[in-house]
Amino acid sequence: MISGAPSVNDTTIVIIEVGALLLGMSLLGRIANRLGLSPIPLYLVAGLAFGTGGILPMDTSQGFFEVGAEIGVILLLALLGLEYSADELLHGLRRSKAAGLLDAVLNALPGAAFALILGWGPAAAVAVAGICWVTSSGVAAKLLRDLGRISNRETPVILSILVIEDLAMAFYLPTVSALVIGVSLLQGAFRVAIAVAVVLVILFIALRFGPVISRLFTPDLAEPLLLGVLGLTMLVAGLAEEVSVSAAVGAFLVGIALSGRVAQSAREVLTPLRDLFAAVFFVFFGLATDASQLPQVIVPGLALATITMGTKVLTGYLAARRAGIGRPGRWRAGIGLTPRGEFSIVIAGIAAGTAPMLAPLAAVYVLITVIGATLLARLSDTAWFRRVTARKKPIPAPGV
Amino acid sequence: MTVHIEKVDLPGIGVRHDLLTESGRRLAVVRYRDGDRELGVYDADDPDNCRESLRITEEEAEALADLFSASLAVSRLTKLTEETDGLYTEKITLPSDSPFVDRPLGDTKTRTRTHVSIVAIIRDRRVIASPTPGEILREGDVIVTVGTRAGLDAAARLFANGPE
Repeated sequence: MISGAPSVNDTTIVIIEVGALLLGMSLLGRIANRLGLSPIPLYLVAGLAFGTGGILPMDTSQGFFEVGAEIGVILLLALLGLEYSADELLHGLRRSKAAGLLDAVLNALPGAAFALILGWGPAAAVAVAGICWVTSSGVAAKLLRDLGRISNRETPVILSILVIEDLAMAFYLPTVSALVIGVSLLQGAFRVAIAVAVVLVILFIALRFGPVISRLFTPDLAEPLLLGVLGLTMLVAGLAEEVSVSAAVGAFLVGIALSGRVAQSAREVLTPLRDLFAAVFFVFFGLATDASQLPQVIVPGLALATITMGTKVLTGYLAARRAGIGRPGRWRAGIGLTPRGEFSIVIAGIAAGTAPMLAPLAAVYVLITVIGATLLARLSDTAWFRRVTARKKPIPAPGV
Repeated sequence: MTVHIEKVDLPGIGVRHDLLTESGRRLAVVRYRDGDRELGVYDADDPDNCRESLRITEEEAEALADLFSASLAVSRLTKLTEETDGLYTEKITLPSDSPFVDRPLGDTKTRTRTHVSIVAIIRDRRVIASPTPGEILREGDVIVTVGTRAGLDAAARLFANGPE
Protein backbone atom coordinates (compact mmCIF):
# COMPACT_ATOMS: atom_id res chain seq x y z
CA MET A 1 0.00 0.00 0.00
CA ILE A 2 2.62 2.44 1.09
CA SER A 3 4.83 1.67 -1.90
CA GLY A 4 1.96 2.32 -4.30
CA ALA A 5 0.96 5.59 -2.69
CA PRO A 6 3.91 7.77 -3.72
CA SER A 7 3.15 7.46 -7.45
CA VAL A 8 -0.37 8.83 -6.91
CA ASN A 9 1.07 11.50 -4.68
CA ASP A 10 3.75 12.26 -7.26
CA THR A 11 1.15 12.85 -9.94
CA THR A 12 -0.72 15.14 -7.59
CA ILE A 13 2.46 17.01 -6.75
CA VAL A 14 3.33 17.34 -10.45
CA ILE A 15 -0.08 18.88 -11.12
CA ILE A 16 0.27 21.26 -8.18
CA GLU A 17 3.79 22.27 -9.20
CA VAL A 18 2.92 22.72 -12.86
CA GLY A 19 -0.21 24.67 -11.97
CA ALA A 20 1.64 26.98 -9.62
CA LEU A 21 4.41 27.53 -12.14
CA LEU A 22 1.99 28.27 -15.01
CA LEU A 23 0.13 30.71 -12.79
CA GLY A 24 3.41 32.43 -11.95
CA MET A 25 4.39 32.50 -15.63
CA SER A 26 1.09 34.14 -16.53
CA LEU A 27 1.94 36.88 -14.06
CA LEU A 28 5.43 37.19 -15.60
CA GLY A 29 3.87 37.40 -19.05
CA ARG A 30 1.77 40.33 -17.92
CA ILE A 31 4.75 42.06 -16.36
CA ALA A 32 6.72 41.52 -19.58
CA ASN A 33 3.86 42.96 -21.59
CA ARG A 34 3.73 45.99 -19.32
CA LEU A 35 7.46 46.53 -19.83
CA GLY A 36 7.14 46.01 -23.58
CA LEU A 37 9.46 42.99 -23.31
CA SER A 38 9.23 39.56 -24.84
CA PRO A 39 8.32 37.13 -22.03
CA ILE A 40 11.16 34.76 -23.00
CA PRO A 41 13.78 36.21 -20.61
CA LEU A 42 11.34 36.17 -17.71
CA TYR A 43 10.44 32.53 -18.38
CA LEU A 44 14.15 31.69 -18.36
CA VAL A 45 14.57 33.47 -15.05
CA ALA A 46 11.58 31.61 -13.60
CA GLY A 47 13.11 28.31 -14.71
CA LEU A 48 16.49 29.21 -13.25
CA ALA A 49 14.89 30.16 -9.93
CA PHE A 50 13.05 26.87 -9.56
CA GLY A 51 15.64 24.55 -11.12
CA THR A 52 18.84 22.85 -10.11
CA GLY A 53 20.76 25.11 -7.77
CA GLY A 54 17.98 27.65 -7.79
CA ILE A 55 16.22 29.16 -4.79
CA LEU A 56 13.32 26.69 -4.78
CA PRO A 57 14.14 23.48 -6.69
CA MET A 58 11.21 21.58 -8.18
CA ASP A 59 12.31 18.05 -8.96
CA THR A 60 9.06 16.15 -9.14
CA SER A 61 7.73 17.72 -12.31
CA GLN A 62 11.04 17.46 -14.20
CA GLY A 63 9.64 14.59 -16.29
CA PHE A 64 6.61 16.55 -17.39
CA PHE A 65 8.72 19.54 -18.31
CA GLU A 66 11.17 17.40 -20.23
CA VAL A 67 8.51 16.04 -22.58
CA GLY A 68 6.67 19.36 -22.69
CA ALA A 69 9.87 21.16 -23.64
CA GLU A 70 10.51 18.77 -26.51
CA ILE A 71 6.98 19.37 -27.83
CA GLY A 72 7.56 23.10 -27.31
CA VAL A 73 10.59 23.11 -29.63
CA ILE A 74 8.66 21.13 -32.23
CA LEU A 75 5.72 23.53 -32.12
CA LEU A 76 7.94 26.63 -32.14
CA LEU A 77 9.60 25.47 -35.33
CA ALA A 78 6.45 24.11 -36.96
CA LEU A 79 4.73 27.48 -36.54
CA LEU A 80 7.80 29.27 -37.82
CA GLY A 81 7.62 27.07 -40.92
CA LEU A 82 3.90 27.80 -41.26
CA GLU A 83 4.70 31.53 -41.29
CA TYR A 84 6.56 31.17 -44.57
CA SER A 85 5.43 29.79 -47.87
CA ALA A 86 7.93 27.86 -49.97
CA ASP A 87 7.95 30.69 -52.50
CA GLU A 88 8.81 33.29 -49.89
CA LEU A 89 11.74 31.18 -48.77
CA LEU A 90 13.12 30.71 -52.27
CA HIS A 91 12.59 34.36 -53.20
CA GLY A 92 14.21 35.50 -49.97
CA LEU A 93 17.15 33.22 -50.60
CA ARG A 94 17.62 34.43 -54.15
CA ARG A 95 17.26 38.11 -53.33
CA SER A 96 19.22 38.41 -50.12
CA LYS A 97 22.02 35.87 -50.46
CA ALA A 98 24.65 38.55 -49.91
CA ALA A 99 22.98 39.94 -46.78
CA GLY A 100 22.55 36.42 -45.42
CA LEU A 101 26.20 35.59 -45.99
CA LEU A 102 27.34 38.85 -44.41
CA ASP A 103 25.08 38.09 -41.44
CA ALA A 104 26.58 34.63 -40.97
CA VAL A 105 30.19 35.84 -41.24
CA LEU A 106 29.80 38.89 -39.01
CA ASN A 107 27.95 37.12 -36.23
CA ALA A 108 28.83 33.43 -36.22
CA LEU A 109 32.60 33.94 -36.41
CA PRO A 110 32.88 36.17 -33.30
CA GLY A 111 30.82 33.60 -31.41
CA ALA A 112 33.09 30.75 -32.47
CA ALA A 113 36.21 32.78 -31.68
CA PHE A 114 34.82 33.64 -28.25
CA ALA A 115 34.23 29.96 -27.41
CA LEU A 116 37.72 29.00 -28.58
CA ILE A 117 39.27 31.79 -26.49
CA LEU A 118 37.41 30.43 -23.44
CA GLY A 119 39.13 27.12 -24.22
CA TRP A 120 36.00 25.23 -25.21
CA GLY A 121 36.19 22.49 -27.84
CA PRO A 122 35.39 22.84 -31.53
CA ALA A 123 31.87 21.39 -31.11
CA ALA A 124 31.05 24.01 -28.48
CA ALA A 125 32.55 26.67 -30.74
CA VAL A 126 30.16 25.68 -33.54
CA ALA A 127 27.28 25.83 -31.06
CA VAL A 128 28.22 29.30 -29.73
CA ALA A 129 28.61 30.46 -33.34
CA GLY A 130 25.00 29.47 -33.96
CA ILE A 131 23.77 31.01 -30.71
CA CYS A 132 25.25 34.36 -31.76
CA TRP A 133 24.28 34.05 -35.41
CA VAL A 134 20.51 33.68 -35.25
CA THR A 135 18.27 36.62 -34.45
CA SER A 136 15.07 35.66 -32.68
CA SER A 137 12.37 36.02 -35.32
CA GLY A 138 9.78 35.98 -32.53
CA VAL A 139 11.30 38.87 -30.57
CA ALA A 140 12.26 40.83 -33.71
CA ALA A 141 8.74 40.53 -35.15
CA LYS A 142 7.23 41.51 -31.80
CA LEU A 143 9.41 44.62 -31.71
CA LEU A 144 8.36 45.55 -35.25
CA ARG A 145 4.71 45.21 -34.31
CA ASP A 146 4.97 46.94 -30.92
CA LEU A 147 6.82 49.93 -32.34
CA GLY A 148 4.53 50.23 -35.38
CA ARG A 149 7.34 49.55 -37.84
CA ILE A 150 5.68 46.95 -40.05
CA SER A 151 5.20 49.53 -42.82
CA ASN A 152 8.70 50.98 -42.47
CA ARG A 153 10.85 50.75 -45.52
CA GLU A 154 13.74 49.02 -43.74
CA THR A 155 11.45 46.25 -42.44
CA PRO A 156 11.76 44.02 -45.55
CA VAL A 157 15.54 44.08 -45.00
CA ILE A 158 15.09 42.72 -41.47
CA LEU A 159 12.53 40.14 -42.58
CA SER A 160 14.61 38.81 -45.44
CA ILE A 161 17.59 38.27 -43.12
CA LEU A 162 15.30 36.45 -40.68
CA VAL A 163 14.02 34.22 -43.50
CA ILE A 164 17.53 33.29 -44.57
CA GLU A 165 18.63 32.58 -41.01
CA ASP A 166 15.61 30.37 -40.41
CA LEU A 167 16.29 28.45 -43.60
CA ALA A 168 19.98 28.18 -42.72
CA MET A 169 18.96 26.63 -39.39
CA ALA A 170 17.46 23.72 -41.31
CA PHE A 171 21.03 22.78 -42.19
CA TYR A 172 22.81 24.13 -39.15
CA LEU A 173 20.80 22.29 -36.46
CA PRO A 174 21.43 18.80 -37.90
CA THR A 175 25.09 19.73 -38.20
CA VAL A 176 25.30 20.66 -34.52
CA SER A 177 23.32 17.58 -33.53
CA ALA A 178 25.80 15.42 -35.43
CA LEU A 179 28.85 17.22 -34.00
CA VAL A 180 27.83 17.06 -30.34
CA ILE A 181 27.76 13.28 -30.41
CA GLY A 182 31.54 13.69 -30.30
CA VAL A 183 32.71 11.17 -32.85
CA SER A 184 35.84 11.29 -34.97
CA LEU A 185 36.19 13.93 -37.65
CA LEU A 186 35.47 11.49 -40.47
CA GLN A 187 32.43 10.00 -38.75
CA GLY A 188 31.24 13.49 -37.88
CA ALA A 189 31.53 14.60 -41.49
CA PHE A 190 29.66 11.48 -42.56
CA ARG A 191 26.84 12.17 -40.10
CA VAL A 192 26.61 15.80 -41.21
CA ALA A 193 26.46 14.69 -44.85
CA ILE A 194 23.60 12.27 -44.08
CA ALA A 195 21.74 14.92 -42.08
CA VAL A 196 22.08 17.51 -44.84
CA ALA A 197 20.96 14.97 -47.44
CA VAL A 198 17.86 14.11 -45.38
CA VAL A 199 17.03 17.82 -44.99
CA LEU A 200 17.42 18.34 -48.73
CA VAL A 201 15.09 15.44 -49.47
CA ILE A 202 12.41 16.67 -47.04
CA LEU A 203 12.84 20.24 -48.32
CA PHE A 204 12.44 19.02 -51.89
CA ILE A 205 9.28 17.10 -50.97
CA ALA A 206 7.96 20.14 -49.07
CA LEU A 207 8.56 22.50 -51.99
CA ARG A 208 7.47 20.14 -54.74
CA PHE A 209 4.51 18.40 -53.12
CA GLY A 210 3.42 21.03 -50.57
CA PRO A 211 -0.07 21.46 -52.11
CA VAL A 212 -0.60 17.68 -52.13
CA ILE A 213 0.40 17.42 -48.47
CA SER A 214 -1.89 20.35 -47.65
CA ARG A 215 -4.76 18.52 -49.29
CA LEU A 216 -4.50 15.76 -46.67
CA PHE A 217 -6.14 18.17 -44.24
CA THR A 218 -9.33 20.15 -44.26
CA PRO A 219 -9.02 23.76 -43.08
CA ASP A 220 -12.65 23.93 -41.95
CA LEU A 221 -12.77 21.34 -39.16
CA ALA A 222 -10.69 22.68 -36.30
CA GLU A 223 -10.32 19.50 -34.28
CA PRO A 224 -9.25 17.04 -37.00
CA LEU A 225 -6.96 19.77 -38.36
CA LEU A 226 -5.32 20.31 -34.98
CA LEU A 227 -4.79 16.58 -34.40
CA GLY A 228 -3.73 15.94 -37.98
CA VAL A 229 -1.17 18.72 -38.29
CA LEU A 230 0.17 18.09 -34.80
CA GLY A 231 0.36 14.36 -35.55
CA LEU A 232 2.19 14.80 -38.86
CA THR A 233 4.56 17.36 -37.33
CA MET A 234 5.48 15.16 -34.38
CA LEU A 235 5.77 12.08 -36.59
CA VAL A 236 8.18 13.75 -39.02
CA ALA A 237 10.02 15.44 -36.15
CA GLY A 238 10.47 12.11 -34.39
CA LEU A 239 11.63 10.35 -37.55
CA ALA A 240 14.05 13.20 -38.26
CA GLU A 241 15.48 12.85 -34.74
CA GLU A 242 15.77 9.12 -35.33
CA VAL A 243 18.14 9.69 -38.28
CA SER A 244 19.96 12.36 -36.21
CA VAL A 245 18.53 15.34 -38.07
CA SER A 246 17.14 17.34 -35.17
CA ALA A 247 13.41 17.03 -34.45
CA ALA A 248 13.07 20.80 -34.68
CA VAL A 249 14.15 20.79 -38.31
CA GLY A 250 11.64 18.08 -39.22
CA ALA A 251 8.88 20.18 -37.66
CA PHE A 252 10.08 23.31 -39.49
CA LEU A 253 9.98 21.52 -42.84
CA VAL A 254 6.45 20.21 -42.20
CA GLY A 255 5.42 23.81 -41.51
CA ILE A 256 6.91 24.93 -44.81
CA ALA A 257 5.20 22.14 -46.73
CA LEU A 258 1.73 23.22 -45.59
CA SER A 259 0.38 26.17 -47.50
CA GLY A 260 -2.70 28.20 -48.32
CA ARG A 261 -5.83 28.04 -46.20
CA VAL A 262 -4.67 24.89 -44.42
CA ALA A 263 -1.55 26.73 -43.22
CA GLN A 264 -3.61 29.70 -42.07
CA SER A 265 -6.12 27.57 -40.15
CA ALA A 266 -3.33 25.43 -38.73
CA ARG A 267 -1.61 28.58 -37.46
CA GLU A 268 -4.80 29.59 -35.70
CA VAL A 269 -5.42 26.25 -33.97
CA LEU A 270 -1.77 25.57 -33.09
CA THR A 271 -0.83 29.02 -31.76
CA PRO A 272 -2.34 28.56 -28.27
CA LEU A 273 -0.63 25.16 -27.97
CA ARG A 274 2.64 26.70 -29.12
CA ASP A 275 2.33 29.46 -26.53
CA LEU A 276 1.86 26.90 -23.77
CA PHE A 277 4.58 24.45 -24.77
CA ALA A 278 7.09 27.08 -25.88
CA ALA A 279 6.74 28.67 -22.43
CA VAL A 280 7.30 25.21 -20.93
CA PHE A 281 10.40 24.86 -23.12
CA PHE A 282 11.93 28.12 -21.91
CA VAL A 283 11.15 27.30 -18.29
CA PHE A 284 12.57 23.82 -18.71
CA PHE A 285 15.77 25.22 -20.15
CA GLY A 286 16.02 27.38 -17.04
CA LEU A 287 15.15 24.42 -14.81
CA ALA A 288 17.82 22.22 -16.38
CA THR A 289 20.46 24.94 -16.21
CA ASP A 290 22.49 25.09 -13.03
CA ALA A 291 21.61 28.49 -11.60
CA SER A 292 24.53 28.39 -9.16
CA GLN A 293 26.90 28.79 -12.13
CA LEU A 294 25.25 31.96 -13.35
CA PRO A 295 27.50 34.43 -11.53
CA GLN A 296 30.53 33.04 -13.34
CA VAL A 297 29.05 33.60 -16.80
CA ILE A 298 27.66 37.09 -16.30
CA VAL A 299 30.86 38.86 -17.35
CA PRO A 300 31.56 36.59 -20.38
CA GLY A 301 27.86 36.80 -21.28
CA LEU A 302 27.92 40.59 -21.18
CA ALA A 303 31.08 40.69 -23.27
CA LEU A 304 29.70 38.27 -25.86
CA ALA A 305 26.38 40.12 -25.99
CA THR A 306 28.08 43.49 -26.44
CA ILE A 307 30.33 42.23 -29.24
CA THR A 308 27.66 40.35 -31.17
CA MET A 309 24.97 42.98 -30.72
CA GLY A 310 27.48 45.37 -32.27
CA THR A 311 28.11 43.02 -35.19
CA LYS A 312 24.35 42.56 -35.68
CA VAL A 313 23.84 46.31 -35.79
CA LEU A 314 26.60 46.46 -38.40
CA THR A 315 24.94 43.64 -40.38
CA GLY A 316 21.57 45.40 -40.43
CA TYR A 317 23.18 48.78 -41.14
CA LEU A 318 25.09 47.48 -44.16
CA ALA A 319 22.17 45.44 -45.50
CA ALA A 320 19.81 48.43 -45.20
CA ARG A 321 22.37 50.70 -46.88
CA ARG A 322 22.53 48.29 -49.82
CA ALA A 323 18.73 48.48 -50.02
CA GLY A 324 18.90 52.27 -50.30
CA ILE A 325 17.58 53.03 -46.82
CA GLY A 326 18.46 56.33 -45.12
CA ARG A 327 20.71 56.65 -42.08
CA PRO A 328 18.08 56.44 -39.29
CA GLY A 329 16.47 53.46 -41.02
CA ARG A 330 19.83 51.66 -41.19
CA TRP A 331 20.22 52.02 -37.43
CA ARG A 332 16.68 50.79 -36.87
CA ALA A 333 17.33 47.74 -39.07
CA GLY A 334 20.58 46.96 -37.24
CA ILE A 335 19.13 47.32 -33.76
CA GLY A 336 16.00 45.41 -34.78
CA LEU A 337 18.17 42.38 -35.54
CA THR A 338 20.03 42.28 -32.20
CA PRO A 339 17.69 40.13 -30.04
CA ARG A 340 18.58 36.44 -29.84
CA GLY A 341 16.00 34.09 -28.45
CA GLU A 342 14.31 30.81 -29.17
CA PHE A 343 16.85 29.45 -31.68
CA SER A 344 19.80 30.28 -29.45
CA ILE A 345 18.12 28.40 -26.61
CA VAL A 346 17.28 25.48 -28.91
CA ILE A 347 20.94 25.30 -30.00
CA ALA A 348 22.15 25.57 -26.41
CA GLY A 349 19.72 22.79 -25.47
CA ILE A 350 21.14 20.49 -28.15
CA ALA A 351 24.76 21.30 -27.36
CA ALA A 352 24.52 21.69 -23.57
CA GLY A 353 26.79 18.67 -23.12
CA THR A 354 29.73 20.12 -25.08
CA ALA A 355 30.75 22.58 -22.37
CA PRO A 356 29.43 22.81 -18.80
CA MET A 357 29.11 26.59 -18.99
CA LEU A 358 27.33 26.64 -22.36
CA ALA A 359 23.73 26.52 -21.09
CA PRO A 360 24.16 29.19 -18.37
CA LEU A 361 26.04 31.38 -20.85
CA ALA A 362 23.24 31.03 -23.42
CA ALA A 363 20.62 31.91 -20.80
CA VAL A 364 22.50 35.04 -19.72
CA TYR A 365 23.23 35.94 -23.33
CA VAL A 366 19.59 35.69 -24.45
CA LEU A 367 18.50 37.63 -21.37
CA ILE A 368 20.90 40.50 -22.12
CA THR A 369 20.24 40.68 -25.86
CA VAL A 370 16.44 40.62 -25.53
CA ILE A 371 16.36 43.30 -22.83
CA GLY A 372 19.12 45.30 -24.56
CA ALA A 373 17.44 45.13 -27.95
CA THR A 374 14.09 46.21 -26.52
CA LEU A 375 15.66 49.23 -24.82
CA LEU A 376 17.84 50.15 -27.82
CA ALA A 377 14.92 49.82 -30.25
CA ARG A 378 12.93 52.34 -28.22
CA LEU A 379 15.98 54.57 -27.94
CA SER A 380 16.34 54.62 -31.73
CA ASP A 381 12.93 56.28 -31.99
CA THR A 382 13.93 59.26 -29.87
CA ALA A 383 14.76 62.63 -31.36
CA TRP A 384 18.09 62.60 -29.52
CA PHE A 385 19.18 59.35 -31.19
CA ARG A 386 18.25 60.67 -34.61
CA ARG A 387 20.25 63.82 -34.04
CA VAL A 388 23.30 61.89 -32.89
CA THR A 389 23.21 59.36 -35.74
CA ALA A 390 22.55 62.02 -38.34
CA ARG A 391 25.55 64.00 -37.12
CA LYS A 392 27.98 61.12 -37.62
CA LYS A 393 28.73 62.04 -41.18
CA PRO A 394 28.63 65.60 -42.51
CA ILE A 395 25.42 66.01 -44.44
CA PRO A 396 25.79 67.74 -47.80
CA ALA A 397 25.03 71.42 -47.22
CA PRO A 398 21.36 72.17 -47.81
CA GLY A 399 20.51 74.28 -50.83
CA VAL A 400 19.55 77.44 -48.97
CA MET B 1 1.58 61.94 -65.17
CA THR B 2 2.04 58.31 -64.21
CA VAL B 3 1.61 57.13 -60.65
CA HIS B 4 4.28 54.73 -59.47
CA ILE B 5 3.20 52.15 -56.93
CA GLU B 6 5.84 49.84 -55.50
CA LYS B 7 4.93 46.36 -54.23
CA VAL B 8 7.09 44.82 -51.51
CA ASP B 9 6.70 41.34 -50.02
CA LEU B 10 6.91 41.06 -46.25
CA PRO B 11 7.68 37.36 -45.68
CA GLY B 12 5.58 35.94 -42.88
CA ILE B 13 3.52 39.13 -42.61
CA GLY B 14 1.95 40.13 -45.91
CA VAL B 15 2.40 42.63 -48.72
CA ARG B 16 3.07 46.37 -48.71
CA HIS B 17 2.20 48.81 -51.47
CA ASP B 18 3.94 52.20 -51.50
CA LEU B 19 2.90 55.36 -53.22
CA LEU B 20 5.18 58.38 -53.53
CA THR B 21 2.89 61.38 -53.82
CA GLU B 22 3.56 64.38 -56.05
CA SER B 23 4.30 66.40 -52.92
CA GLY B 24 7.14 63.99 -52.10
CA ARG B 25 5.44 62.19 -49.22
CA ARG B 26 5.08 58.46 -48.99
CA LEU B 27 1.92 56.49 -48.31
CA ALA B 28 1.69 52.75 -47.73
CA VAL B 29 -1.06 50.19 -47.69
CA VAL B 30 -0.09 47.01 -45.83
CA ARG B 31 -2.18 43.93 -46.37
CA TYR B 32 -1.60 41.34 -43.67
CA ARG B 33 -1.94 37.69 -44.50
CA ASP B 34 -4.80 37.27 -42.03
CA GLY B 35 -6.78 39.89 -43.97
CA ASP B 36 -6.10 42.98 -41.83
CA ARG B 37 -5.15 46.22 -43.57
CA GLU B 38 -3.09 49.15 -42.47
CA LEU B 39 -2.71 52.61 -43.92
CA GLY B 40 0.68 54.17 -43.23
CA VAL B 41 1.97 57.72 -43.56
CA TYR B 42 5.72 58.26 -43.66
CA ASP B 43 7.76 60.85 -41.86
CA ALA B 44 8.81 63.87 -43.89
CA ASP B 45 12.26 64.05 -42.25
CA ASP B 46 12.93 60.32 -42.22
CA PRO B 47 11.19 58.95 -45.31
CA ASP B 48 11.84 55.30 -44.33
CA ASN B 49 9.96 55.63 -41.07
CA CYS B 50 6.23 55.10 -40.97
CA ARG B 51 5.11 57.81 -38.58
CA GLU B 52 1.47 56.87 -38.32
CA SER B 53 -0.16 53.57 -39.15
CA LEU B 54 -3.88 53.05 -38.94
CA ARG B 55 -5.70 49.76 -38.78
CA ILE B 56 -8.47 49.79 -41.41
CA THR B 57 -11.32 47.24 -41.31
CA GLU B 58 -12.67 45.61 -44.44
CA GLU B 59 -15.81 47.80 -44.39
CA GLU B 60 -13.75 50.94 -43.83
CA ALA B 61 -11.43 50.04 -46.70
CA GLU B 62 -14.40 49.52 -48.96
CA ALA B 63 -15.99 52.80 -47.87
CA LEU B 64 -12.69 54.64 -48.43
CA ALA B 65 -12.23 53.12 -51.87
CA ASP B 66 -15.77 54.18 -52.81
CA LEU B 67 -15.26 57.62 -51.36
CA PHE B 68 -12.19 58.10 -53.51
CA SER B 69 -13.73 56.77 -56.69
CA ALA B 70 -16.95 58.77 -56.15
CA SER B 71 -15.06 61.97 -55.37
CA LEU B 72 -12.92 61.38 -58.46
CA ALA B 73 -16.03 61.08 -60.61
CA VAL B 74 -17.43 64.27 -59.09
CA SER B 75 -14.17 66.22 -59.42
CA ARG B 76 -13.92 65.25 -63.07
CA LEU B 77 -17.46 66.48 -63.57
CA THR B 78 -16.80 69.70 -61.71
CA LYS B 79 -13.78 70.30 -63.90
CA LEU B 80 -15.98 69.73 -66.90
CA THR B 81 -18.63 72.21 -65.76
CA GLU B 82 -16.03 74.80 -64.79
CA GLU B 83 -14.64 74.63 -68.28
CA THR B 84 -17.99 74.98 -70.00
CA ASP B 85 -20.28 77.91 -69.32
CA GLY B 86 -23.89 77.14 -68.62
CA LEU B 87 -23.32 73.41 -68.05
CA TYR B 88 -23.99 72.10 -64.54
CA THR B 89 -23.83 68.81 -62.75
CA GLU B 90 -26.27 67.66 -60.14
CA LYS B 91 -26.84 64.57 -58.01
CA ILE B 92 -30.54 63.75 -57.98
CA THR B 93 -31.83 61.15 -55.53
CA LEU B 94 -34.55 58.90 -56.92
CA PRO B 95 -37.53 59.35 -54.54
CA SER B 96 -39.26 56.24 -53.20
CA ASP B 97 -42.55 57.18 -54.86
CA SER B 98 -40.94 57.77 -58.26
CA PRO B 99 -42.75 55.96 -61.11
CA PHE B 100 -39.31 54.77 -62.34
CA VAL B 101 -38.42 52.70 -59.25
CA ASP B 102 -37.58 49.16 -60.41
CA ARG B 103 -37.83 50.19 -64.06
CA PRO B 104 -34.98 50.41 -66.56
CA LEU B 105 -33.14 53.72 -66.92
CA GLY B 106 -34.07 53.83 -70.63
CA ASP B 107 -37.75 54.26 -69.73
CA THR B 108 -37.08 57.74 -68.34
CA LYS B 109 -36.00 58.97 -71.82
CA THR B 110 -34.16 61.71 -69.90
CA ARG B 111 -31.95 62.74 -72.80
CA THR B 112 -34.87 63.09 -75.25
CA ARG B 113 -37.14 64.82 -72.79
CA THR B 114 -34.74 67.18 -70.96
CA HIS B 115 -31.44 67.17 -72.94
CA VAL B 116 -29.67 66.05 -69.76
CA SER B 117 -26.98 63.32 -69.74
CA ILE B 118 -26.75 60.70 -67.04
CA VAL B 119 -23.08 60.10 -66.23
CA ALA B 120 -23.32 57.75 -63.27
CA ILE B 121 -25.55 56.16 -60.68
CA ILE B 122 -24.39 55.90 -57.08
CA ARG B 123 -26.03 52.97 -55.33
CA ASP B 124 -25.14 51.74 -51.82
CA ARG B 125 -22.00 53.87 -52.01
CA ARG B 126 -20.94 52.12 -55.23
CA VAL B 127 -20.53 53.98 -58.46
CA ILE B 128 -22.07 52.67 -61.68
CA ALA B 129 -20.28 54.75 -64.28
CA SER B 130 -21.95 55.41 -67.67
CA PRO B 131 -25.01 53.25 -66.93
CA THR B 132 -26.70 51.54 -69.89
CA PRO B 133 -30.39 52.14 -70.69
CA GLY B 134 -31.07 48.60 -69.40
CA GLU B 135 -29.87 49.48 -65.85
CA ILE B 136 -32.81 48.95 -63.46
CA LEU B 137 -33.30 51.96 -61.17
CA ARG B 138 -33.71 51.36 -57.45
CA GLU B 139 -35.22 53.40 -54.70
CA GLY B 140 -32.62 55.81 -53.23
CA ASP B 141 -30.31 55.71 -56.28
CA VAL B 142 -28.32 58.89 -56.65
CA ILE B 143 -28.33 59.85 -60.33
CA VAL B 144 -25.43 62.03 -61.42
CA THR B 145 -26.55 64.28 -64.27
CA VAL B 146 -25.01 66.94 -66.51
CA GLY B 147 -27.06 69.57 -68.33
CA THR B 148 -28.30 73.14 -68.45
CA ARG B 149 -29.95 74.66 -65.39
CA ALA B 150 -33.41 74.38 -66.92
CA GLY B 151 -32.72 70.85 -68.13
CA LEU B 152 -31.59 69.70 -64.69
CA ASP B 153 -34.71 71.13 -63.06
CA ALA B 154 -36.83 69.34 -65.64
CA ALA B 155 -34.92 66.09 -65.01
CA ALA B 156 -35.51 66.36 -61.24
CA ARG B 157 -39.24 66.81 -61.89
CA LEU B 158 -39.18 63.91 -64.35
CA PHE B 159 -37.60 61.51 -61.83
CA ALA B 160 -40.04 62.55 -59.11
CA ASN B 161 -43.32 62.67 -61.01
CA GLY B 162 -42.84 60.92 -64.33
CA PRO B 163 -43.34 62.57 -67.76
CA GLU B 164 -45.58 65.62 -67.66
